[in-house]
Amino acid sequence: MSPETMSIFSPALASRFDALVAKYPVRRSALVPMLLYAQDEIGYLSEAVIAEVAERIGITELDVRNVATYYSMLRFKPAGKFNVQVCTNISCMLRGAYDLFDRFQDELHIGNKGVTSDGVFSLEEVECIGACCWAPAIQVNYAFHDDLTPDQVPAILAGYRKQVQEKENNA
Amino acid sequence: MPRLVSHPDEVKIVSARFGKGAADIDKYLELGGYEATKKCLANGPDWIINEMKASNLRGRGGAGFPTGMKWSFVPKQSTKPKYVLVNGDESEPGTCKDHLIFLHDPHAVIEGTIIAGLAIGSKVGFIYLRGEYRYLLEIMEKAVADAYAKGFLGKNIFGSDTEFQIVTQSGAGAYEVGEESALMESLEGKRGIPRIKPPFPAVVGLYGGPTVINNAETIATVPHVIDMGGEAFAAVGTPRNGGTRLFCLSGHIERPGVYELPMGYNLKKMIYEVGGGIRGGRKLKAVVPGGSSTPVLLPEEIETLGMDFDQVGKAGSMLGSGGVVVIDDQTCIVEFALRTISFYAHESCGWCIPCREGTDWLKKSLTRFHAGFGTAKDIDNIQYLADNMMGRTFCPLGDAAAMPTLGFVKKFRKEFEDHLGGKPCPFAKHVEVAVV
Repeated sequence: MSPETMSIFSPALASRFDALVAKYPVRRSALVPMLLYAQDEIGYLSEAVIAEVAERIGITELDVRNVATYYSMLRFKPAGKFNVQVCTNISCMLRGAYDLFDRFQDELHIGNKGVTSDGVFSLEEVECIGACCWAPAIQVNYAFHDDLTPDQVPAILAGYRKQVQEKENNA
Repeated sequence: MPRLVSHPDEVKIVSARFGKGAADIDKYLELGGYEATKKCLANGPDWIINEMKASNLRGRGGAGFPTGMKWSFVPKQSTKPKYVLVNGDESEPGTCKDHLIFLHDPHAVIEGTIIAGLAIGSKVGFIYLRGEYRYLLEIMEKAVADAYAKGFLGKNIFGSDTEFQIVTQSGAGAYEVGEESALMESLEGKRGIPRIKPPFPAVVGLYGGPTVINNAETIATVPHVIDMGGEAFAAVGTPRNGGTRLFCLSGHIERPGVYELPMGYNLKKMIYEVGGGIRGGRKLKAVVPGGSSTPVLLPEEIETLGMDFDQVGKAGSMLGSGGVVVIDDQTCIVEFALRTISFYAHESCGWCIPCREGTDWLKKSLTRFHAGFGTAKDIDNIQYLADNMMGRTFCPLGDAAAMPTLGFVKKFRKEFEDHLGGKPCPFAKHVEVAVV
């Protein structure tokens, strides 16, 4: 396979990967970030993503799967466009993370690891995200929202829904 | 955006540039940045290591190993390339100090990495950030690119004959990768499973070469040690515990935040004066002094306790990563223990049996216990399990799960007993807590 002609990744990501594998003493060091960046673009680690990443690094697909299953941010099926990750670890729990999580469940009508029927949101309870002093905190994809109360949940979700709406209007 | 806090008792060394726009390289230079690196280039490795030894700086990741001594263990001659590896996998629950360092002072991390490289004779440094810190990785990447553009990194740093390259790396969600050997595995593109020691990383580390691995806060402290001089830095703290550290006050506290205080600062004062006391005027029930893996302390144990590695160690806990989690009297300790253990059970890599099985059984026992189906024997069983995990795992994750559990059971045995006989928990709202 020639990655230039058959890549499932955008040209920008493909050239980023070309640079990435050359950064380290061994190509394989690029594996973990590559999987994450690929997931950011494609949405999840599909068969095709795993095959191309294996090809680019020069290891087997089994090697890729073996590593990918270790890391909790990597997933093998699609999430929502906006993946809401609520930290419920101790510092957040003490400041009401479970009430926050419950409110997200109620607003989105989905449970832990669920995806809304329109595919816009998914919800996940996650371990410590390193925002303990600004608890309770969540991440929506990579964006942090901190010092939250359940009452702020509808506005947060509305903000992201608006982004989707605007994108559709522009398309 | 994380809120910055301030208190008159703070001694701002590492956090001196927070909130001053120092992520911009020109601003950083204006604030005295990169002078330490130039000084180190002029004075050479032996001088750097002596300054570091004199500073009594100890590793901020949790173990508290003296940094200067760690650097001195790297052999001077090596057939394989040597490496510096900065551990920014910050994942210990209760800890968010590196978050602020990457956000506000990325060049201090770069400077510290270069200086570590000069000290051990390495030409390459890796800065590894946890995957969740994407926006911070982007800040770090920009800072590294700016440093290359100025000639502070590259083949001839600061116009000298010395080469130093920095590569940034993203993780993808794994607490255990914060353990140094697992971190190297992850950077080599593998599952983050710990390696057997010895050999220690200083001898056989990343890609088989001698490697120094330091926590991001330790590394960000290095340029300040050089600027102030090792002895002056040491004088700020207590004997054998040099300088200040970033304490992360979280939980049921009036003014949570990251505060930079001298080593040895009294914990009670930290909670009641710096942090403004317990939220809502409630009473203190317990405090986790150094991240979720450190055994809990009772109010009577913190009266005269100075927060340095030796004093907290003597009190039966650990200073750990500096994550001070405050727990008020309306909290169920069994639930708190369960949430703590659920985390370790989730993060255990499964490589060694005492940790894989131990964390899972602790979680199962505590879940059942918290749901009101525990028996008196379960309390002893939890203790027995935790006792048998201690020191019997490849990496400290097993200990990190066992230590706090033992603390909860020993110090709050009565509260565990109060859950017996199907009695409802007087506090908890989330019996089904263990979803993760």
